[in-house]
Amino acid sequence: MSRGRLLLYQALVAVAIVALWHVLTTVPVSGRILLPPFFFSNPFDVGKQIVDWFVTGAIWRHLAITLWESILAFVIGSLGGVLFGFWFARQPRVAAVFDPYVKMANALPRVVLAPIFTLWLGLGIWSKVALGVTLVFFIVFFNVYQGVKEVSGAVLANARMLGMNERQLMRHVYWPSALSWMFSSLHTSVGFAVVGAVVGEYLGSAAGLGYLIQQAEGVFDVAGVFAGMFVLSAFVILIDLLVTVAERRLLKWRPEAERHAA
Amino acid sequence: MEAGRSAGTPAIELEDATVAFRLADARMFTAVAQARLSVADGEFVAIVGPTGCGKSTLLNIAAGLLRPVSGAARIFGQPLAGLNRDAGYLFQADSLFPWKTALENVAIGLEVGGRARGEARARAERWLASVGLAAFAGRYPHMLSGGQRKRVGLAQVLIRDPRILLMDEPFGPLDAQTRQIMGNLLLDLWSRDRKAVLFVTHDLEEAIALADRVVIMSAGPGSRIIGDWRVALARPRDIFEIRLEKDFHDLHREIWGVLKDEVMKGYAQSATPVETRA
Repeated sequence: MSRGRLLLYQALVAVAIVALWHVLTTVPVSGRILLPPFFFSNPFDVGKQIVDWFVTGAIWRHLAITLWESILAFVIGSLGGVLFGFWFARQPRVAAVFDPYVKMANALPRVVLAPIFTLWLGLGIWSKVALGVTLVFFIVFFNVYQGVKEVSGAVLANARMLGMNERQLMRHVYWPSALSWMFSSLHTSVGFAVVGAVVGEYLGSAAGLGYLIQQAEGVFDVAGVFAGMFVLSAFVILIDLLVTVAERRLLKWRPEAERHAA
Repeated sequence: MEAGRSAGTPAIELEDATVAFRLADARMFTAVAQARLSVADGEFVAIVGPTGCGKSTLLNIAAGLLRPVSGAARIFGQPLAGLNRDAGYLFQADSLFPWKTALENVAIGLEVGGRARGEARARAERWLASVGLAAFAGRYPHMLSGGQRKRVGLAQVLIRDPRILLMDEPFGPLDAQTRQIMGNLLLDLWSRDRKAVLFVTHDLEEAIALADRVVIMSAGPGSRIIGDWRVALARPRDIFEIRLEKDFHDLHREIWGVLKDEVMKGYAQSATPVETRA
């Protein structure tokens, strides 16, 4: 399928869904509206709300805050994940001692931590960042750990025969291998950073996309909830596009098929 | 070291080297028993044996990657402790750094040795040219064919100018034509400064065509060196041509007479699990 055709079909899906939504919420079928607008709003109201947000500029502050929280969560979580991933992979004894606790912490649904973080860090951005960090950390941690562990024996032996010392092995072999695993999980970890930020905002905050949605929901403003969802989706797609660009640059040494396998 | 070289001390000397591994059930498995082998400086020695006979084990002893449980390994007269710093090793498996370009892969050996990056890269470019890959400097390993990767590997090892070259079935995964081209390339590069070479292969024809001496190992476990032939064919050789000569065929027939039995034994043994063999 050519690129233009594909885009056309993708746009058609959106048009069909919006059209169906419009018909079901505004046109009576055998004397009854199938989707009551009170619960489902309608495309015009939602569109009007989105345009309003952008025309008045009210949305920018919320977008900026959610973006900032996501970035902080991603950076801090990644740094921690890389450090601990490296440390555990190079020190099997440390890894063995902490193994059950790492599994335990990773199994915990992170949402339950949100109230604690709010208590500890207040209603500002840091409680949201903390929630995002707990999500990002484990993804990066496991990938870096795997990346260091799975360096090919032949490549390692070759590096040693070429005269590399421990520090050079770290720089030329373990580090690039670990980073490649981390980058291949970039979509997931960036996605989780956003999830952490939005969920945190939803559960208690004074700004951000999650706050907008929660506020609208609180006054039964369904159009506001849907509008918030659409802005959030567009926001995530935009970030995902940026990640794809970054990934192409960083993993250009990898065969195409491998990049998406990990 | 230099004094040893002029006095004709062997580049590699294995004295009754025995290698054994502990199996999962705590019994010992002897891979190589009392191997005695000496490679003179400037000599090209090929080791041939049935699959799983421990050919690579010998190579790993000479590289210092494996320590023999008994016996000794000496490099230019010095007992080997730790890695063999005089040796370059071309592995059987893909061992290029996948995240480095061909040029970076070749230059890395000099860079970690403390050479300036610019100088290392300039020399790497010359080495890539001498293995016929000048136009592929910016490619990553996955963009190269199997034969091209082996060429990069060869340049990666030779750029450090090791006094000893260890090669573990380096052309094993390549197709027949590419192997012959690589063989000629290797002989061409080797003839310039005649390093000591220890070349492991399962292909007797390849061994005779390349080497000054062909060493035959018995089937494992506890494999030994059971034969040692001098190859009196003139150099420079062309691998395509040399296979047609009568001397080549005579030597091949003679060695194959011995090797054949071991190959058959090797096959019979590979049908039974390791535990029951020891």
